[in-house]
Amino acid sequence: MATVGQLQKQFVDFSTSLYREFIQLQKLQDESNPDFVFEVVSLFFEDSEKLLNNLAIALQQQVVDFKQVDAHVHQFKGSSSSIGAHRVKNMCVAFRNFCEEKNLDGCLRCLQQINHEYCLVKNKLENVFRLERQILEAGGTIPLIA
Amino acid sequence: MNLLHVIGNLVLVVCCWFLSLISLNWVSNGGIMTVKSGLIGGDGGQIWMKLWDQISVFGCKIQHHYSQYIGPKKLRKNWWRKLLIAWILCGIILSLSVFWYMSSLALDKRKETLASMCDERARMLQDQFNVSMNHIQAMSVIVSIFHHDKNPSAIDQTTFARYTERTSFERPLTSGVAYAVRVLHSEREQFEIQQGWTIKRMDEQTPVHEDEYDPADLETSPAHDEYAPVIFAQDTVAHVISVDVLSGKEDRDNVLRARESGKGVLTAPFRLLKTNRLGVILTFAVYKRELPPNATPAERIQETAGYLGGIFDIESLVEKLLQQLASKQTIIVNVYDTTNFSDPISMYGSNTSSDGMHHVSALNFGDPIRKHEMHCRFKQKQPWQWVAITTSVGILIISLLVGHIFHATVNRIAKVEDDYNHMMELKKRAEAADIAKSKFLATVSHEIRTPMNGVLGMLQMLMDTRLDETQQDYVRTARESGKALVSLINDVLDQAKIESGKLELEEVSFDLRAVIDDVLSMFLGKSQDKKVELAVYVSSKVPATLVGDPGRFRQIVTNLVGNSIKFTDKGHIFVTVHLVEEASEMEFERDESLSGLPVVDRRRSWSKFRSFNQESPATSSSSSDQINIMVSVEDTGQGIPTEAHSSVFNPFMQVGPSITRTHGGTGIGLSISQCLVHLMKGEIGLASSPHIGSTFTFTAVFSNINGQQQVNGSISSSEFQGMRALLVDPKKIRAKVSKYHIERLGIHVEVVPDLSLGLTNTPTVNMVFIEEEIWDCKNVGNPKMLILSNSCSSDSARSPFAITKPLRVSKLAASLQRAMGMSSGGNNLSREIHALSLRNLLHGRKILVVDDNPVNLRVAAGALKKYGADVVHAERGAKAITLLTPPHLFDACFMDIQMPEMDGFEATERIRKIELGIKNGIEDGELSVEAYGNVSNWHVPILAMTADVIQATNEACARSGMDGYVSKPFEAEQLYREVSRVFQTMSDESH
Repeated sequence: MATVGQLQKQFVDFSTSLYREFIQLQKLQDESNPDFVFEVVSLFFEDSEKLLNNLAIALQQQVVDFKQVDAHVHQFKGSSSSIGAHRVKNMCVAFRNFCEEKNLDGCLRCLQQINHEYCLVKNKLENVFRLERQILEAGGTIPLIA
Repeated sequence: MNLLHVIGNLVLVVCCWFLSLISLNWVSNGGIMTVKSGLIGGDGGQIWMKLWDQISVFGCKIQHHYSQYIGPKKLRKNWWRKLLIAWILCGIILSLSVFWYMSSLALDKRKETLASMCDERARMLQDQFNVSMNHIQAMSVIVSIFHHDKNPSAIDQTTFARYTERTSFERPLTSGVAYAVRVLHSEREQFEIQQGWTIKRMDEQTPVHEDEYDPADLETSPAHDEYAPVIFAQDTVAHVISVDVLSGKEDRDNVLRARESGKGVLTAPFRLLKTNRLGVILTFAVYKRELPPNATPAERIQETAGYLGGIFDIESLVEKLLQQLASKQTIIVNVYDTTNFSDPISMYGSNTSSDGMHHVSALNFGDPIRKHEMHCRFKQKQPWQWVAITTSVGILIISLLVGHIFHATVNRIAKVEDDYNHMMELKKRAEAADIAKSKFLATVSHEIRTPMNGVLGMLQMLMDTRLDETQQDYVRTARESGKALVSLINDVLDQAKIESGKLELEEVSFDLRAVIDDVLSMFLGKSQDKKVELAVYVSSKVPATLVGDPGRFRQIVTNLVGNSIKFTDKGHIFVTVHLVEEASEMEFERDESLSGLPVVDRRRSWSKFRSFNQESPATSSSSSDQINIMVSVEDTGQGIPTEAHSSVFNPFMQVGPSITRTHGGTGIGLSISQCLVHLMKGEIGLASSPHIGSTFTFTAVFSNINGQQQVNGSISSSEFQGMRALLVDPKKIRAKVSKYHIERLGIHVEVVPDLSLGLTNTPTVNMVFIEEEIWDCKNVGNPKMLILSNSCSSDSARSPFAITKPLRVSKLAASLQRAMGMSSGGNNLSREIHALSLRNLLHGRKILVVDDNPVNLRVAAGALKKYGADVVHAERGAKAITLLTPPHLFDACFMDIQMPEMDGFEATERIRKIELGIKNGIEDGELSVEAYGNVSNWHVPILAMTADVIQATNEACARSGMDGYVSKPFEAEQLYREVSRVFQTMSDESH
């Protein structure tokens, strides 16, 4: 039981270290929709990886279509803000500014940082899910955040 | 004559002036009036000043009128310059010609005067001369009769001398008369014997009239054909007796001419010896018999018997004559003998050089051969022609002035033009700066808003965590303050809108009591610091939910309360909310104020409101969905001086500069409040007395939310519902306030002035509230409200629970919960209500969510699903259009704005177009209503989903036909507000 308690504590810590939006996501999950968070987050991962890939390709072109890049970043920004990945979102804002300036160097730098931030948030989220699973496997209940 | 001339000149000058004025004022019509009044005023300086002003104005007008018509600036400038030079030349020429004309007029007049004077003198001289001449002629007749016709002669020298002597007064101008007889050479000897002397020759060198001259010294006349020796002479010239007048050249000519013509003949003037004056000799011939007038000269010579001569003293003649006339001083008279034209002989007057003007009058002394002239001159030179000079100088000055004005005008025009260009440039720069400022403001405020949103979000999250009541309250206050800060930033941005009248009020339902509680909690700290009691009372007749603009309402109340708290150091600030209809029933109780300090009569603050001065039925009969709210903010501060009452609502006006220094602030708060109140169709007024306090009152019109009018503004879901409380407070007004707050929790309150009295009367109370004032145990520093649980019936020694004033419903509820040991089940009452209501609203509704971002789509759908909605997804605007083309079963649509291919605005516009097409089709009968589910006017509510909430988006939403917007991620409160509004209007339409 002690491990469950530990896991629960870890889970809470992790969750609160994420942002309010994520907690809200968790709130949206209920009996009728038990895998909601997982669904959304997986969707986010899928979408993000596709977008990052697209961005990388777009920025490697001879002639960079900044409009296209901007659209990708906008979408990335939207989804990351929905999920509560604020650092990713902030990077997206910076990215869009570079896009507006047509600053390829800045864009590339941003892409790198976004990749980094994305990895971080992905790790974090995966940790949360892992903990969740562990808690469930250990027979505990997932603590309610907030 | 002279006077007339002067007047004429004046008229001329005035005419010139007027002409110039009129021509100037012609364009600047209306200007002449001022000039006229200036003329009447008569002060020259003023006139010119006014004229100057006129011209300046006129110049400006010209600038405006002509700047578009007359070509480029350079050309125009040259044109002006040429015109100016031409004008000045014209002026100079005009003034010169006027001068010339006027001086020539004067000269003519002078000449005329001189001529008339000269002629007058000449005529008189002539007349007098003629008189003397006639007399001499008469004498010649006497001589003829008494000397030649009588034999022996009746006249001898003695007789002649005596006669001439005695009749000399008749000839005042003659100095002497003499008679010479004609003696032929043949008769000479006999004559000489008869007379007893020889005929003497006249000496050329020695003049005839020498006084000391002895006839005996004279040579005997040599032999001639004939002689004319003087036989009779007046005593004055007795020395000429025996002298042959024919021997002198002058006399000879005279004599010969006289006898030929038979008329008086004059010699050339010569100097008389005795008087040293100029004189002439007049000679008449005496004939032996009377001759016919047409006798030939030969006959006359034949018949000549002798010659009578008279010596005329011309100088004395003229002098005497001039003395008789007035104004002899003004002119100089010269008389000349001009027989020999090339060498005139002066007969009278100093021989001054005859420069300048003179007049010549011919004199006729009866001798056709001798010509005489009278020359007249003015003694003084012609005086300066002052009139002409002043007139012409005046004209010159006027024209120069006009020229100067013209010049100045042109310069001014140029200057104004330059200034204008300069201004335009400055304006452009200013506009650029303004744009930059707006950008800056927008950016900065956005930048502030973003972290503030973080703060607010965190606070919101904090509220959702497990907190105790006090913490909950702190967080709530912090959140409200943060929200107020955000709204302040918005206000700064809206400031321009207020002033340009572009501000529009929102129409949302809100809880007035909650708003006022929020305002109060904002000032909580300040009022406690200042030890000022802050209290709120909302009349039970005010509905719980009103539709209006809570933000603006809050802004007004905040401004007024903030103002009051700024100027109040002791006593209380009391916010009361009533319906306007209740105002007339209100009474002023002087000694009954919240803190016991005197207050001003609040009724005075609304005494000037139109709605009260009008017929009251107008307000009371207004429909039930028009709620007239009246809010009063009463304080016991330092008050406002009466003279400043009128100006406090002016922007940037404070009572005095010292106020600004002491209390700070811009003084714009009241002005904004006034604008907002006017926007809410209300009025604002104040009553204030120095050192007593002020009361600001405003009215506002809100609409009532239909149907669900809660008479009592209580929170129905309160866990205290149905409880009974006893309120012990001797002060009626304070008890009223406390009662209001407690009743809001659904607790039934009974008020008693005394504790003992209350407990005996009401046996079953859940709680007792006692005002600190009458709590006699301890005097705690803060104004505290003490509550006692119902368990203590008589024993009040148990430690009581304190509630700090000012009372607010949330605070009260929290304190009660704590005091009564209730578990705080609900986090936040209002949030719970929102969530609950949302579930009610959304349950079973079919909602379409459109978002290109799958993650966002999923989150939004999840959020809506949580409230029981049936959610359908769409990733593209095009798909949304297909889904939303009637007939469909969707109750609402949430649409992302920024989407690839087709954004939310465009999709909405298209959907609205399709809906309109169907509506028109059904109306025209082309489409059957049955095919569209018996609904003719399809209008699916479309709400925009947007991440950044900016004002423009709000307007854009309305423009493209959207019904509202919600910010992402969803917030229960906002979602509820928008959804309830949308479904509200929908249900309105369907009913």
